[in-house]
Amino acid sequence: MSERIHPIASLLAAIARGISGVQVQWAGCEPDDRQRIYFANHTSHLDFVVLWSALPSELRAVTRPIAAKDYWEETPLRRYLAENVFHAVLLERGSLAKAKSSDETHFVGRHLIEDMASALGDKNSLILFPEGTRGTGEKIAPFRSGLYHLALRRPDAELVPAYLENLNRILPKGEVLPVPMLSLLTFGKPIQVAPGEEKDIFLERAREAVSSLRRIGPA
Amino acid sequence: MFEALRDPKLVWLFGGVLSLLVISSVIGNILRNRQKPGASRTTIDNLNARIRAWWKMCAIFTAAILVGRVGSLILFAIISFLAMREYMTLVPTRRGDHRTLFWSFFVIMPLQYYLIGIQWYGFFAIMIPVLAFVFVPTSIAIAGDTEHFLERAAKIQFGIMVCAYCLSHAPALLLLKIPGFEGQDARLLLYLVIVDQMSDVLQYVWGKLIGKHKIAWRVSPNKTWEGFLGGVLSATALGTALWWATPFTPLESAGLSFTICILGFCGGLVMSAIKRDIGIKDFGVVIEGHGGILDRMDSLCFAAPIFFHLVRYYFVP
Repeated sequence: MSERIHPIASLLAAIARGISGVQVQWAGCEPDDRQRIYFANHTSHLDFVVLWSALPSELRAVTRPIAAKDYWEETPLRRYLAENVFHAVLLERGSLAKAKSSDETHFVGRHLIEDMASALGDKNSLILFPEGTRGTGEKIAPFRSGLYHLALRRPDAELVPAYLENLNRILPKGEVLPVPMLSLLTFGKPIQVAPGEEKDIFLERAREAVSSLRRIGPA
Repeated sequence: MFEALRDPKLVWLFGGVLSLLVISSVIGNILRNRQKPGASRTTIDNLNARIRAWWKMCAIFTAAILVGRVGSLILFAIISFLAMREYMTLVPTRRGDHRTLFWSFFVIMPLQYYLIGIQWYGFFAIMIPVLAFVFVPTSIAIAGDTEHFLERAAKIQFGIMVCAYCLSHAPALLLLKIPGFEGQDARLLLYLVIVDQMSDVLQYVWGKLIGKHKIAWRVSPNKTWEGFLGGVLSATALGTALWWATPFTPLESAGLSFTICILGFCGGLVMSAIKRDIGIKDFGVVIEGHGGILDRMDSLCFAAPIFFHLVRYYFVP
């Protein structure tokens, strides 16, 4: 993958920033060139672009989104945006559910984690939305297990929680036209999987780490 | 462009604003240097931050007026957009309002300014109070979510009224054809903005200097009777003294600037009450840097339309 930022990516990032009027706060860490996995709540198509645009440009060049293959390969435009513009790591979201036996589930799961780990490589960072799909913004859905397995597979990468606020009102799921309200993005303190920590406990803690960054509205 | 500079009275107004800025910067610096180290600096730092912001705002406003009618229109359209953005961010809307909000931002608000641009007074005057009034609740009803329906429709309509309709009356002054005042209407807009904003500033200054008795402490704890009376009277005096720049006699100018000051106060009070209601105080801190347009323009919201109609009624045949 190239380290140059596609001009369309820069353009879309500028548009997303303009529409969302996003105010960025690094509350628990600073921008850093170490390898990271940013994980955030997901309510809008703008989420990834806004989060990505909040990074300094040298970090943007090496930060790739994880996205659902079924959705982003559906039309040529989506595929072009995902593959050529943002260098997304496309994963088969439905493949786990389709697995017939527990052995197969295990196999498919391993495969997805390997894909993500190799996308990290030795210099990239990833942006991940562990809810797996866009929500309404009222509350954060339980996290899928990929974050846990990836964290175990690549303990060297820092896990940075982030909360995107109000983007569900700017461009909610199912709408094409945005309403230019103001939004907030808060990066929190990195977390780690504790030694021997169970999957569900870690995932709930990670979800807590994201939701605790909420600055306005009901907790 | 820059035709405005050929109007000596306008140049005098700009000169006056510039001298005020210089004087206040000097005072701000003196106050900062006279401070004892370690003393609480918040009020004076806040004062200096305000003065710096005033320099920027005056520069932008001057540039817009120099560009001419279109410049003022575009500037106020941008102010309306930013004000509406703050307002709608803070007001709780629901998913079902999305398309109504899209129309408010991208059709209703620009159309209001376009109507001033093409000088269609009749449509300008009724578009938001009549057409948008019908459109907003209807489009929300079509979206189908009836939860808090009346509240949502009312809040959105109020936002469009304040941010687009009311504020657009300031540049709409350029529409008015006052006999003997042709081609000088930029001064009328400047007069409104100077008196209105100086009334705010002077109320703040008088309040800080001798303010004691609270007016409406529940709504706005910083407003005092001393600040209100001192500010309104001194800004009225200033407005009266600016009669030479307007089509008014000194007495008319006194009456109109007094009206602007009182309405400016009313606008500020109402917007404070709204902020209390939606508990924005905290939100205001969070969006610092982005926010504040609505706070700055709150006094103009009520003053602009009423000043516009007074001038139109009494001075346009």
